[in-house]
Amino acid sequence: MALELYRIDDRLIHGQVVVGWGQPLDLGFIVLVDDEVASSDWEQELYRMGVPPDMDVYFDGVEAAATNLERYQDDDRRGLLLTGDIDTMTRLVDSSDAIRRVNVGGIHHRPGRTQRLRYVFLSPSEEEQLRALAGRNIEVTAQDVPAARPVPLDELLAGNGS
Amino acid sequence: MSSVRALVAGHGTFAAGMLSAVEQITGRTDLFLGVTNHDLSAADVEALMRERLDSSGATVIFTDLPAGSCTMAARRIQRERPDLAVVTGVNLATLLDFAFHDDAGDVHAVEHAADKGRASLVVTGGPRGA
Repeated sequence: MALELYRIDDRLIHGQVVVGWGQPLDLGFIVLVDDEVASSDWEQELYRMGVPPDMDVYFDGVEAAATNLERYQDDDRRGLLLTGDIDTMTRLVDSSDAIRRVNVGGIHHRPGRTQRLRYVFLSPSEEEQLRALAGRNIEVTAQDVPAARPVPLDELLAGNGS
Repeated sequence: MSSVRALVAGHGTFAAGMLSAVEQITGRTDLFLGVTNHDLSAADVEALMRERLDSSGATVIFTDLPAGSCTMAARRIQRERPDLAVVTGVNLATLLDFAFHDDAGDVHAVEHAADKGRASLVVTGGPRGA
């Protein structure tokens, strides 16, 4: 079974993840990789409250996630790994060769970012980080929900928000 | 003073649809303010909610989905404002009941409305009824 999706989404756990992907993938667990959340009981409780009781959530910092990745991969259930930004996913990729595909699921407006898709805004350095991931033979696509078409990286970076 | 008592927040046009239905049934357009998370970051959803709460004086937030970013934002705000009531999984029956009960304070009204909303979910027919 293992991890079905490695997703970058600045909302972390929310409706698209828990229901939109959770139902069709029949997710048994989510791994939320975020150093800040991993060190805050309150943040963890907040995210856990949004998840159905039959779905586990594991909170790891980047270092712990890299250590635990093999165990998550060997899990009998289907899982989804989530980071809130490209930098965190890049750091995780730096620590493990297990990640071959990355899903850009939602990176929203912030000053300095350019809109590329309806749900993806990127700064020049973030675009460079995505190109660097692709340069390591990692398939990078953008796709907010399962019913949407996965948008290849070249097309994503050439996008104008439409 | 504003007559807005609650925010209704959710995905897509969920809030707009709910408020349209409330208006059709009650004629009231002044009780609720809608919020959508459509294409907003978590921080922007929270900022929008704070702005709507502060501008209206609302003391209740109804949201559509327990895992939704509107619910997450509402709970973050609630941490600083413990008097704020957050109700997840809102349906039309909940909002209508809340709209019609404004005489006993919003804390009582919200509990009553949540009970009504739960009771309105009824399954008839289907395989079990065959």
